Amino acid sequence: MHEMALAEEVRRIVEEVALAQSSRRVASVVLEIGELAAVEVDALRFCLDLALHGGAAEGASLEFVSEPGEGICPHCGARGPLHARLDPCARCAGYGVRPVAGTAMRVKAVEVA
Amino acid sequence: MNRHAALQLREAYNANVFSVPELKAGEAGVCSVCGCGGVAYQIGDSGPREGRGLNRRTLAWQSTAHAGGPHLGPADTRQERGHAESGRRIALEQAILSRNDRQARQNRMDFAQRGIRAINLMSGPGAGKTSWLVRTLEALPEAMPAAVIEGDQQTDLDADRIRATGVPAVQINTGKGCHLDAAMVAAGSARLGPASDSLLFIENVGNLVCPAAFDLGETAKVVLLSVTEGQDKPLKYPDIFAAADLLVITKSDLLPHVEFDPQIAHGFAQRVNPKLSMLLTSARSGEGITEWLAWLAALPRGTSARMEEIPGG
Repeated sequence: MHEMALAEEVRRIVEEVALAQSSRRVASVVLEIGELAAVEVDALRFCLDLALHGGAAEGASLEFVSEPGEGICPHCGARGPLHARLDPCARCAGYGVRPVAGTAMRVKAVEVA
Repeated sequence: MNRHAALQLREAYNANVFSVPELKAGEAGVCSVCGCGGVAYQIGDSGPREGRGLNRRTLAWQSTAHAGGPHLGPADTRQERGHAESGRRIALEQAILSRNDRQARQNRMDFAQRGIRAINLMSGPGAGKTSWLVRTLEALPEAMPAAVIEGDQQTDLDADRIRATGVPAVQINTGKGCHLDAAMVAAGSARLGPASDSLLFIENVGNLVCPAAFDLGETAKVVLLSVTEGQDKPLKYPDIFAAADLLVITKSDLLPHVEFDPQIAHGFAQRVNPKLSMLLTSARSGEGITEWLAWLAALPRGTSARMEEIPGG
């Protein structure tokens, strides 16, 4: 259930923005969840529904943007797409590809009403 | 889990962490996690919410010290601030865990200044973290002072086991929470006051998933895996093995009785973490304790053992 902890943090960030903008209502929240981030988007959406309840962003539309995963192979040095941490290198089939993109979990943007 | 049940769970979570249900908004409260003071405020009470779970009957409280400051007060405060122009889009690009990461950096700096090396012990429930820790504390030479932060959802049982060895320990109960975070470690460390140049062991909540995402400001992350678990666990829970600096296989005395090949488990873990080294240990027989103490003694003071951090994480 660390999705709940993430959702509570999203609420905190969004409420801070609403306050700074002197706004009572947040119309939409754009979240970027990388392909390799350690969270399920469906579970996070479910928890956000609960966490945003009663706040400025209750009922706000939630938009999820995915950042594609990318990795560098420790064996052949190739940089390429990485869809899961355990995937082997697309060029040399070696394991241990180091993620260099797609691990982030961010609040990208907030639209205040 | 339906929505109603989930809302109840959330209330229980908040009630458990911040046990000040009698407070009214604006009154001072004390957080039961870390003992910090703060002004109580109420989540969601800006209108009738029949059938939706959160109402005046089921108040959820938080200390503002945890919620980011008094500006996160009741909805009324916001209403006094007037109306905003409509439809403004604010670009943020802010990491969801930025607050935790800030606190983790602070912890790391605090530990570095005092020469403290913090070791985050992570595993699934029952892998033998506490038993291995007790064995470790009994074997530590006097020149290596130690202190322990114990994380569990409930009970002081583990901290009691640690204190029986004569080492100071503080128990953090996360309630329904599934992991320790950097703020809990800062609070636990403040309460413990570990000696300069000591080892600070942080036993995380038994969980192979969530602790991987939370930087505590530790010097090193150690993942423990017992031989009674599947040797394929590193394939099933790759994130925690990817985050680790050392793999400790526990309960090696049981190897003759189980289908578990430490080399295979190590190989699976190295698929996500090629530099991960492995120690074969048993709290019962003492196997691996010498190597483990040597590994601890070699930990750098005040920096991360991990040479390369994953960007953007």
